[in-house]
Amino acid sequence: MPTKHIGKQTVKIQNPLSIISTASIVGPKEGEGPLSLYYDVVIEDEMWGEKSWEKAESKLMRETVSKIINKSGKTIEDINYILAGDLLNQCIATNFAVRESGISLYGLYGACSTMSESIGLGAMIIDGGFADNAVCVTSSHFCSAEKQFRYPLELGSQRPPTAQWTVTGSGGVMLSNQGIGPYITYVTTGKIVDFGIKDSNNMGAAMAPAAADTIVTHFKDTGLSPEDYDLIITGDLGSFGRDLCEEIVNKQGYDIKDKYTDCGVLVYNKEKQDTHSGGSGCGCSAVTLAGFIYQEMKKGKFNNVLFVGTGALLSSTSAQQGESIPGIAHGLTLQNKFG
Amino acid sequence: MQKLYTNKEYLDHVEKEAPKSKVARNIVRAFFVGGFICIIGQFLNNILAQQGIGKDAASNITVLIMVFLGAFFTGINIYDDIGRFAGAGSIVPITGFANSIVSPAMEFKSEGYVTGVGARMFFIAGPVLVYGISASVVAGILHYLITLSR
Repeated sequence: MPTKHIGKQTVKIQNPLSIISTASIVGPKEGEGPLSLYYDVVIEDEMWGEKSWEKAESKLMRETVSKIINKSGKTIEDINYILAGDLLNQCIATNFAVRESGISLYGLYGACSTMSESIGLGAMIIDGGFADNAVCVTSSHFCSAEKQFRYPLELGSQRPPTAQWTVTGSGGVMLSNQGIGPYITYVTTGKIVDFGIKDSNNMGAAMAPAAADTIVTHFKDTGLSPEDYDLIITGDLGSFGRDLCEEIVNKQGYDIKDKYTDCGVLVYNKEKQDTHSGGSGCGCSAVTLAGFIYQEMKKGKFNNVLFVGTGALLSSTSAQQGESIPGIAHGLTLQNKFG
Repeated sequence: MQKLYTNKEYLDHVEKEAPKSKVARNIVRAFFVGGFICIIGQFLNNILAQQGIGKDAASNITVLIMVFLGAFFTGINIYDDIGRFAGAGSIVPITGFANSIVSPAMEFKSEGYVTGVGARMFFIAGPVLVYGISASVVAGILHYLITLSR
């Protein structure tokens, strides 16, 4: 009988467990976006002095990890685990980023939900007494993602209005059992929800039911309600996916309208930056969490946040074979007060 | 949750609610940009034809120049902007064909000249070539059979 598992999919963290530091590094386009002041570093060009986009993405994550550790005041020896992942095949951005770190690694793939997946697992590892400190980090890169999943950058084609723009950036957090908050208090692990959307230019619609499922399950498992939160934020549904998610949650009797938004909506200025439905990618929720959400929680603007990373678990092979897009969403409760 | 929609209901709902492409605007843009590219081609063709090199040579040289221009504007990162604006208007002319070969060649340069550029440069244009050439072979055979029976 698990003592920390409550309801169907949720774990209640029993001991105080804080995010003690965060870092985010983003590309030039994100640096021109509405959240630019929250990022630690804005790189000047997408190659960042490397020879390929994949190497540039790896460097983004490597530098982010080193910033997270520096800002936490811990040393490398204090870190028990890195939990990390990215969008590239076999998670190469991650593997090369942490190659020289000498820290135990769990490489994760949850597509764009990897930020909340890694924090959820990190929280359970620390709460279980298996570690004191863990770094949770993800990255994505517009150019390397387009190359792997879509068409060459220089191909002259149009994007439909539901398409999203992969965030170039890496963000992450250090979790620790010593700290003064924001605390991770609940982890609601998502399950795959697939309503048969096949259009990889409409990921928001593919992931919205998964996000809604996790949000509703979270409320049912914990007994909490939308009133207990002052921000409910999904990872990268974009503006269309956000509307769908809100509608599905609403149909199940939970009104989240006033406090609900999406990282993909916040990260770009849709009209000025020609990003259509909004941002996407692992980096989208990661840099928004490490920047905007964490800093605003520290300032006290938000005290109770439900952060729901969303992932579209397709590959270019599955898409070519006509498979639909499985969606997943992992929820985390972040609170300034523990218990 | 699962009972809230069937797959079909959800797909229909998404189809209905999804923001739509601005079709009328895109058609007008495609018409004018595509037409403009064709005017350049026709202009070159007329000038070359006046040089007394023959009709076939003139059109071959026109194609060469247009393919070069498509590749050149891809190389200097401008063709994708034209494409974003014009859609089919810049895909359909032969400059678009050049773009579809040069853009992956640029993209996969980081994987080397053999396994990257060489292997991947036709991954968009490849199907057009395969089926275009196949269709021309079929048309050729039909043409042969028809003229034989006359």
